[in-house]
Amino acid sequence: MNEFVEAKVDFKWQEPKKTYDVIIIGGGGHGLAAAYFLATRHGITDVAVLERKYIGGGNSGRNTTVIRANYGIPESVRFYKRSVDLYFQLEEETDRWIMHKQKGLVWLAHSEAHVRQEKARAELNTALGAETSYVTPSEIKEICPQIDITGSGQWPVLGGSYHPAGSTARHDRVNWALAEGAMKRGAHIHQRTEVQDLIIENNQIKGVVTNHGKMYANKVLCAVGGHVTSIGDMAGLRLPIRTHPLQAYVTNHYAQSFGPIISSTSLYFYISQTARGEILLGAEIDKQPSYSYRSGYHFLQTCSFRAMTMFPFLRDLRINRQWGGVCDMSADYSPIMSKTEIDGFYITSGWGTWGFKAIPASGESMAALIATDETPDLIAPFSLDRFKRDRTMADRGSAGTH
Amino acid sequence: MISINCPTCGKRPLSEFHYGEILSVPDTITDDEAIDLDRAFMYNNTEGVKYEAWFHAYGCRRWVRLHRDTRTDEVIDIDSV
Repeated sequence: MNEFVEAKVDFKWQEPKKTYDVIIIGGGGHGLAAAYFLATRHGITDVAVLERKYIGGGNSGRNTTVIRANYGIPESVRFYKRSVDLYFQLEEETDRWIMHKQKGLVWLAHSEAHVRQEKARAELNTALGAETSYVTPSEIKEICPQIDITGSGQWPVLGGSYHPAGSTARHDRVNWALAEGAMKRGAHIHQRTEVQDLIIENNQIKGVVTNHGKMYANKVLCAVGGHVTSIGDMAGLRLPIRTHPLQAYVTNHYAQSFGPIISSTSLYFYISQTARGEILLGAEIDKQPSYSYRSGYHFLQTCSFRAMTMFPFLRDLRINRQWGGVCDMSADYSPIMSKTEIDGFYITSGWGTWGFKAIPASGESMAALIATDETPDLIAPFSLDRFKRDRTMADRGSAGTH
Repeated sequence: MISINCPTCGKRPLSEFHYGEILSVPDTITDDEAIDLDRAFMYNNTEGVKYEAWFHAYGCRRWVRLHRDTRTDEVIDIDSV
């Protein structure tokens, strides 16, 4: 499929049934991917995905779509590498154009400590198959001619790591492709269906209570984003998660091509160009936990100031629109993909600001976990009980922004 | 929540304040080990009205206590600590 051959997405909406084999709470990327991989890899199609609003309307539709694998701990690199690989083949597999575009990703280092960190990152990632190399300032200038390598004289670039597989894709299209693939094979997706309670008997999940009545299933996956704590409360689970807002914005059209995705490890912002030609900017989460989707002027001010330090051409652009999402930040900045203390109740959560890139690998792994009830090796380190076992996957430096 | 009405300084922008969480372990958790685990990693993550502490770092440098609705960021009550 190419950009001139565009077919309409073919959704097959169904009436809700009373019982399913599997119920998935949350119709975002992770929930839809789980349904898709259950249908395609395990032949389980008696599945319902329940979405409170509309599919892909939460954080799956609010993120900044960076796909990369350059993480700081081996377990994460392996997992995200799998996801990057799955993204590369997703268009062919689903026969939908998700606007996947390989751009290459540069992480800038502004201090000796960060230079050492990026050198280590390059070594670790390359060793695990996620090709990353250390680059000098002049090489960075070649990759991105628009950069002011002196950082306006204040934040000089001393080096960086270059991750060629870094890509972006269109988030709505990823959601739609997965939803269509799942529905085509018989899975149900119910929008405007809010889960109000869980039905649990003798420590075994039996189903969910929704605003459209009860639905029963012996396996339930919670793939909820920011509001996961309320689902955890229904199950009596304490979660190591805080919900923080994350904001982003785009400028008006920038006529030239801005090739790579660039991120600064000291200034906490990242920049890329959307398919429409807008310059997309994002930063770290807001400091205070909140469920409010509001975005504010203070973020625009600070993020623009940092971005213009490295990219003076941004001064000539205007801000077109801004938005916010709410992120489920886990205590160690790594995701949680796991069985729980309740039989048949699975959880994929803690996706904070790094969820979009993981959609296919999380979907694939959670589908395998649900189908076989055995945790795949790829996600075993990310179990919920790692906090109890004191085996946290702390990797804030790789996951803090995008 | 674009500004906080500081009891000492009056209405000041949010960026002058640092956020501080008031941590609490629910009464339902009684086991010693579970309490330690909860203190180390778990969060109440209240979706609704909660108490929290903010430090007016670029102002009077005093702590204020906010009663805030996390769904709307509406400040319901504020007092100095």
